[in-house]
Amino acid sequence: MGSIVFKGGVHPDYRKEITASLAVTKMALPSKVVIPLQQHIGAPCEPLEGIEVGAEVKTGQRIAESSGFVSAPIHASISGKITEIGPYNHPLGRPVKAVTIESDGRDQWVDDLKPAGDPSSLTPQEIRKVVQEAGIVGLGGATFPAHVKLSPPEEKPIDVVIINGAECEPYLTADHRVMLEKPEKIVFGLKMMIKALGAEKGIIGIEDNKADAIQAMEQAVAEEDNITINRLHTKYPQGAEKMLILVTTGRKVPSGGLPMDVGVVNHNVGTAVAICDAIREGKPLIERVVTITGEGINRPANMLIRVGTIVSNVLETCGGLKEETRKLILGGPMMGLAQPDADLPVIKGTSGILALTDDDVYLAESSPCIRCAKCVDACPVQLVPTAIAQAAEHGLFKKAEKLHALDCFECGCCAYVCPAKIPLTQLIRIAKAEIVKAKKK
Amino acid sequence: MLMTYAILTLGILGLFFGLLLAVTARVFTVQSDPQVDAVREVLPGANCGACGYAGCVNFAGAVVQGKAKTNGCIPGGEETARAVAEVLGQKFEEAVQPVATVFCIGDVTRAADRYIYDGVKECAAANSIYGGFKACRYGCLGLGDCVRACIFDAIKMGKHGLPVVDSEKCTGCGLCAEACPRDIIKMLPKGEQGHLVLCSSHDRGKAVSSVCSVGCIACKACIKACPRDAIVMEDNLAVIDQEKCDDCGECVLKCKPGTIHKRSAIPTADEAFAAAGAAEEKKETA
Repeated sequence: MGSIVFKGGVHPDYRKEITASLAVTKMALPSKVVIPLQQHIGAPCEPLEGIEVGAEVKTGQRIAESSGFVSAPIHASISGKITEIGPYNHPLGRPVKAVTIESDGRDQWVDDLKPAGDPSSLTPQEIRKVVQEAGIVGLGGATFPAHVKLSPPEEKPIDVVIINGAECEPYLTADHRVMLEKPEKIVFGLKMMIKALGAEKGIIGIEDNKADAIQAMEQAVAEEDNITINRLHTKYPQGAEKMLILVTTGRKVPSGGLPMDVGVVNHNVGTAVAICDAIREGKPLIERVVTITGEGINRPANMLIRVGTIVSNVLETCGGLKEETRKLILGGPMMGLAQPDADLPVIKGTSGILALTDDDVYLAESSPCIRCAKCVDACPVQLVPTAIAQAAEHGLFKKAEKLHALDCFECGCCAYVCPAKIPLTQLIRIAKAEIVKAKKK
Repeated sequence: MLMTYAILTLGILGLFFGLLLAVTARVFTVQSDPQVDAVREVLPGANCGACGYAGCVNFAGAVVQGKAKTNGCIPGGEETARAVAEVLGQKFEEAVQPVATVFCIGDVTRAADRYIYDGVKECAAANSIYGGFKACRYGCLGLGDCVRACIFDAIKMGKHGLPVVDSEKCTGCGLCAEACPRDIIKMLPKGEQGHLVLCSSHDRGKAVSSVCSVGCIACKACIKACPRDAIVMEDNLAVIDQEKCDDCGECVLKCKPGTIHKRSAIPTADEAFAAAGAAEEKKETA
């Protein structure tokens, strides 16, 4: 099935060949993990009773939860002793309360881990409960709690579940490898989601630069009559929720709306695998596949890493950083977050660790807008980035709101194409924050 | 002849519209409270908003209605407060005029950066990215949000990345303090009396000294030195009670990093740099 092509977007240098052919390896058990109590969008978690310095925990043991619905519990990713509970560096920038666990080297799992039962007899409620208990969040990077997406309000029926295998961010190959190595688990996870939502069909969208993954997934769904594979045009940001829904179903999510408004729920391939593991084995989300790549890495890899592993330990496993490394990014180069140091944990939403060298990073002096409108052409949601940025620069946030700044999902295409090197995305982000702040008042 | 017609036509038209304007101005005149006008006349007219109202006219109205105090105009200071009280025939209440004070002296020569920042040149923007590029998460980022916020031209960015307040020009309106994303600028009553701890960091001593050479390391030496018990430690930062301080200067002598300064002798970043430069020059020549 050929797909529609969305308007806008860019074609960055993908550089996926660095890690695309490397099978996922399991990283050796870290001697220490630091597990932040906020790893998802929504209410932060609080440590459970008995989770205090000196306490012994087992792998998979629930250590923190929140009473809010939009939240996901957090589990210990190794067994050992808690040595500290306090603020620690976090990929999002501010220090966040975290639990530090010193490993006992035995990796002892909790005893009460058991499968959810016969998958065919599970009710939607049961599936949701398993997903919630396992602390599963969107593994594409946004970390939205998965069970919330599986519980749409009654007035919004869902008929299509889309699995996002686009992986449009340059460099990253974690999803690609998961599709190659665990296609059967993805399909199982998708089937469970379809069941939980009472949907009719499932679509798995994969960019056409991953021919082997498309082939593997096609084989895996050969006997499923309500699941199709959609070959997507390779273009950034193809994996963005709204773009993916548009090209696979032809439905347009309204401005300010959610996918469920058009009867769609969207999940990442990694999330599907996590749901599969939770239902089949009762396993909570304590590890994920991360791509460690970039010209600055000595031995690039796709690795299965325990949540909370310190990034500098991961880098050591990969032979460390090359001397000419200039920038360390968690996530992909377009939407990932640059980090001032490597002393921070891998969290549920970390899809990649990227080290860029002198050749790829340079400091640009921005100059005035020359009104070339390249950003307007590149914007996948048809905004006028330069106008919003200009409004933000002058503190005219009401004007920015009128220009639909809140529809921007910060893909970075505008700043990528700007010949004047104006930090458009950052300016729009400022405007968005101010608009949201004004609304709360 | 042609000329005369032109002059006549335009003249008559001018006269007609002039009369029209005069009549409409009379008929549709807006009645305003003469008292409000009188108060407005004596206000500075900067529309800074420091009084809590949208502009000088709104403040004048509020004063006349008794909602605002006669000394509510902060930039106007004592002079304006006296004039407003006089206009309204009320008793003059003393006006305390604050002045903006920057509670950070960790300029580029004294405080380290954590990473190279290459984004929007605004403090608020930089502060939102990984808590700012400065190694000290409380220190001044020096991108000048306060300078842009000041409508009295009273803050300038010094050469070494710290804002310098011109206390003569500063009216105490507080716009700069509001603009600062790190709350480093505080409004203090104008004056030369007292000592200040010029640091905003609540980090522990070791963390402070590793990133800044002039930050408060919470060693408590000043507390022990103070004969009047005017200094307390609040969350790893020494705070001097200005009421109790008698300007003896013992704390300045004991402060190892040199964070405490006499209010009348706060060194601007530029002066400090000049001094450091001179010392270095001396070294070189020797």
